[in-house]
Amino acid sequence: MVNRIIALLVKELLANLRDKRSRLVLIVPPLLQLFIFSFAATQEVKNQTLAILNLDHGRPALTLERDFAAAATFGAVRHLQRAEEIAEVIDRQQAIAVLWIPEDFSRELERGGTAQASFILDGRKTNAAQIVQGYAMRILDAYRDEWSAQGRAGGVRLEPRNWFNPNLDFRWYTVPSLVCILTTVVGLLVTSLSVAREREMGTFEQLLVSPLQPLEILIGKALPALLIAIVEGAFIVLVGVNVLGVPLNGSLPLLFASMAIFLLAIIGVGLFVSSLSMTQQQAVLGAFLFLVPATILSGFASPIENMPHWLQIFSFANPLRYFMTISRGIFLKDVSAAVVWAQTWPMAIIACVTLSLATWLFKRRME
Amino acid sequence: MNGCRRRMAALIGKEFVQILRDPSSLLIAFVLPVILLFLYGFGVSLDAREIRLGVAVRDSGEEAAGLLAAFRASPYFRTEVARDTRPLEAELLAGRLRGLVVIPQDFSRRIGKGIDPANLQVVADGSETNTANYVQNYAQGVARTWWNQRLRKTGQDLGGPELVARIWFNPELESRNSLLPGALAIIMAIIGTLLTALVVAREWERGTMEALMVTPVAITELIVGKIFPYFVLGMLAMLISVGISVTLFALPFRGSLAALLLSSGAFLLAALGQGLLISSAAKNQFLAAMAALITGFLPAFLLSGFIFEIASMPPAVRALTHIIPARYLVTNLQTVFLVGDVWSLLLPNVGILLLLAAGLFFLTAGKTAKRLR
Amino acid sequence: MKPVDDSSLVIENLSYRYDKDFPLALDGLSAVIRPGIVTGLVGPDGAGKTTLLRLLTGLLLPTTGSLRVFGLDTRDEAEKVHRFIGYMPQKFGLYEDLSVRQNLRLYADLHDVTGAERQRAFARLLVFTGLEPFQDRLAGRLSGGMKQKLGLACALIRKPRLLLLDEPSVGVDPVSRRELWRMVGELVDAETAVIWSTAYLDEAEKCREVLLLDGGRLLFSGPPGALTERVAGRCFQVQTIDGNRRRVLSHALQRPEVQDGIVQGRNVRIVLRPGQKPPAPALLEAGAGSRLIPVPPRFEDAYIDVLGGGPGGVSALAESISPLSGEREVTVEAVGLSKRFGDFTAVSEVGFSIRRGEIFGLLGPNGAGKSTIFKMMCGLLRPSAGSGRVSGFDLRVSPGQARSRLGYMAQKFSLYGDLSTRQNLEFFAGVYGLAGWRRKETVTRMIEIFGLYPHVRASARDLPLGFKQRLALACAVMHEPAVLFLDEPTSGVDPLTRREFWTHINGLVERGVTVLVTTHFMDEAEYCDRIGLIYRGRMIAHGVPDDLKEQVASAALPDPTLEETFIALLRQWDTERGEPS
Repeated sequence: MVNRIIALLVKELLANLRDKRSRLVLIVPPLLQLFIFSFAATQEVKNQTLAILNLDHGRPALTLERDFAAAATFGAVRHLQRAEEIAEVIDRQQAIAVLWIPEDFSRELERGGTAQASFILDGRKTNAAQIVQGYAMRILDAYRDEWSAQGRAGGVRLEPRNWFNPNLDFRWYTVPSLVCILTTVVGLLVTSLSVAREREMGTFEQLLVSPLQPLEILIGKALPALLIAIVEGAFIVLVGVNVLGVPLNGSLPLLFASMAIFLLAIIGVGLFVSSLSMTQQQAVLGAFLFLVPATILSGFASPIENMPHWLQIFSFANPLRYFMTISRGIFLKDVSAAVVWAQTWPMAIIACVTLSLATWLFKRRME
Repeated sequence: MNGCRRRMAALIGKEFVQILRDPSSLLIAFVLPVILLFLYGFGVSLDAREIRLGVAVRDSGEEAAGLLAAFRASPYFRTEVARDTRPLEAELLAGRLRGLVVIPQDFSRRIGKGIDPANLQVVADGSETNTANYVQNYAQGVARTWWNQRLRKTGQDLGGPELVARIWFNPELESRNSLLPGALAIIMAIIGTLLTALVVAREWERGTMEALMVTPVAITELIVGKIFPYFVLGMLAMLISVGISVTLFALPFRGSLAALLLSSGAFLLAALGQGLLISSAAKNQFLAAMAALITGFLPAFLLSGFIFEIASMPPAVRALTHIIPARYLVTNLQTVFLVGDVWSLLLPNVGILLLLAAGLFFLTAGKTAKRLR
Repeated sequence: MKPVDDSSLVIENLSYRYDKDFPLALDGLSAVIRPGIVTGLVGPDGAGKTTLLRLLTGLLLPTTGSLRVFGLDTRDEAEKVHRFIGYMPQKFGLYEDLSVRQNLRLYADLHDVTGAERQRAFARLLVFTGLEPFQDRLAGRLSGGMKQKLGLACALIRKPRLLLLDEPSVGVDPVSRRELWRMVGELVDAETAVIWSTAYLDEAEKCREVLLLDGGRLLFSGPPGALTERVAGRCFQVQTIDGNRRRVLSHALQRPEVQDGIVQGRNVRIVLRPGQKPPAPALLEAGAGSRLIPVPPRFEDAYIDVLGGGPGGVSALAESISPLSGEREVTVEAVGLSKRFGDFTAVSEVGFSIRRGEIFGLLGPNGAGKSTIFKMMCGLLRPSAGSGRVSGFDLRVSPGQARSRLGYMAQKFSLYGDLSTRQNLEFFAGVYGLAGWRRKETVTRMIEIFGLYPHVRASARDLPLGFKQRLALACAVMHEPAVLFLDEPTSGVDPLTRREFWTHINGLVERGVTVLVTTHFMDEAEYCDRIGLIYRGRMIAHGVPDDLKEQVASAALPDPTLEETFIALLRQWDTERGEPS
């Protein structure tokens, strides 16, 4: 039995690595995604254009204008002359926001009253608007501190600290998430294509008339996928740490051990899709149908706690959710084995379910 | 010319019959969009509400209690209070808290004296980078509001500079409103590029393309015969998706139908051109699907600016986004839905889309002679 | 300057290469194809038949040389050529999800056939092809024969001046094949040129002119009779053999004066080298009563002659395995096998038994149920009723044991295309439990026996077809199975490789291996000890080939060929049940 499984394992590895198409699938999309994602997929907000309409020529207004123009978030500043221009600039997306200082701003301030400036944001870009608004408020707070230091003191001074990622570098977030997403893509594609490809090529019949047992065939399909996906995962970790400069604070053995369990759950899904599909076309479609929701509901693009309650419950069945937490935890937080275990056992249960389902379906579809 | 019209009509009619009889075309054109819409409508939300926040109150004074009450009342936070920081820090490490506010022992005393500002430490979990940003912003807002109110209550409000933020088009900052137009762009990219590339590849695989090419049909007739049906299909899927978005997800629709049809029509032409170009190079369904996913779906998702800010990308990637049709559609759709008919923004984008489409068709026609290679 | 010949197709020194690193697919071809007759384009898979047809349509352009279709150069006048061409590609070019009428209408529109002309064309073609009752059926639901007729109808919508048919008869039952031939024959008038490409040499014999291609080169062009002339007087049949005809063939092929030989039912056919005298029957151990009778030459005899003669009569493969001892007991048995898919009955109550050392052949058109029977006998499909046994193991009770005793060669090339020749052999050795030095030794032996050495590192996908089939056979017999299942092992390969295959099969059978084989080459069925005819899911007749022939022999048809026998039995079966044939 061991001999037969080794024969299968060797064959499966060779088939995946010698075929130009599968090499293409295994190497190009993950690399492309690694680089595009880590360079392009950022929710940071930089290089934005700010428009300023300053109708006041007093010193306080000019200082406020200068403070905003100097902020790092804003790559460019546009000066407006008339209030009518505001709508045009925002509508045509020539600026993310407009700072509007009314003509009585300095006067009010000097008089000791409340001087109001307006900050108009483009709500089409929700995320950017939200973050720019935060920056603006912070600039104003600093401005107010400076202004009030001349007269009064007191108040609250916030000391912002960001643990695990002091500069809130988005790449530190993306790369550990990509370790999860890309190993999923590879593990899923390798397994879901493998049986379908053999069906299409006619080699599956040849396998079935051999003395191989269904379970041996399944193990022979699962092991190479596990191996390939782990190697790919290790490659991404390597590039992430050495090329993209993401810190790896936690324990590598813990990361790979939990990755193996995670991949078993994914491979179960892949084998299930594979047993179900007759052609590679269907297998790709099936893998896609799992991949898109699983990624969206993993907490990568947006936090799980923002989802409606029923969807959150649904996400407990998503192995990606747990491994995302583990990967970011190990990379950035150096979490303990106990914390990892708390996220690992649900994946182990999911793996048991998906693998047994796949075995059941595979045996049924042997017909 | 009469013959030309008849041949095109025959090809188009054939394509429609095939679409109606092939479950996988219908699946891609009508089921997949609905699934995607629901996922984006429900699953992706950037509106941080009820962020889990720990508050360590190390001060038993009145002022500290007041600030704590302010945090508790905030709709943005779900607070967990402790006297000591250590258990909360452990929770933060385990990922059960996203942020931690530490009210120091001398907080009430300092506020009371009113000479030095009282320090308030806000720790965010940087491993959730975007959420960390929100935590800092919201905490700042809560502290500021509390302080201003306190000043007002104690009659110390002596005015000062204030910034009133007004968010146009989407005052609640409902992220769904900017994500759904992006999802629509993805859906149309899938139909225009993936479906078209697949059906042409299928004709190659089944040998029907070879039979067609030996008839008197001209290459432009063949191309029109493919574009027209999938254009109609794509527009139909778009209208259905818009219907769902507006009725079910309460997406506002402030522009005109004309602007919507013009923008999506121009985009669809570019996407179809891309699909045809792929299929003229990849003659089997597998390669066609891979190429369509990599050049169609992925850029529409990553580089169109609907989740990830184009302005924040490195210059090379930013330059690349200029040839991604989805980028222009996302802008136009967000505008048509949330703003209205800003023709001065919409028309140049439509123009660029048409230019891209023309370029793609030109390339396709150049690559496809009535030849096998 | 030569005047342009615009009444025929002129091919001059035509070469074509698909890609830089590929060998020439067509190499220096020159020929003239005349209208008014059917020209056969004959050769094994990969000979260049499809390439030549595509060049004639202008879908490919010549690498060197020139091609004029009725005076038009396909290089820059392809559009004009397309106006009078009718082309039926290998998969018939039909839209399977469109109905018969929708397909016809589409091609009519594309060929600008409208109005009354179109009504007349539809009426004529639907009657001509017998598809009238099936107008609304989806093309994908038609039988192979009907698809082929619809494909032809679509190619004939506008009466073409040039009709190109790419292997129209592959996988089609003999009755439909004959009908197609008749239809095309009716169509040929003085202006129309017809090119019929085929791998069947008996079809080639019926063409008025033939282009014989092999490896991209033109071996012969002219009337087939001119080729068979070469071997006139050199063909003999050893008749009334008393003893084992397979051994007689093997002895004959080892004689220096014999260049080629095959089994023909109870007899053995031999072809002598030029100028040689036939060997005495005694030398062939054919028994005292055996006689050597001269017979008329066939196209295939001449083809082998052009190639320089067939392979020898000894199978190194058979020599290398130990003979299986034991009685001639039944090793493969099917009892009342039936398979239903939903309400469609694919196979209905088929039963047969095969003894050790016997070749049993399953014959029948595509879709008749051969493959389903085959799959049930391998344990790939569970029968709806009935049972199958291999080497005494019931396929339902102990499929594992049954499988480890059988070797299986699937219809389509079904080895791992991305693995090299050696890796394929090693994989199957491993799967069948060969390990260590035994695996190494077996793999080396297979490479030697099948002459795979030059290709050990090449990916199986890139092997020439003959070597693919050799590799597939090697993988199927590595574990020395007692039972061998071969599903169309020789379809598409050249006659030399087919001869070699049958030498191996005959050798293995002599060593006590039991063989179940399907084929659609009627002459190959003659190698079988017994055959079963499968038609519409049933076994309508079975027995020794010559007995079946005698069964249908009549005054009009005193000495029927196996194909004629087949057709007669199908008709008989249909009339008994009152079904239209």
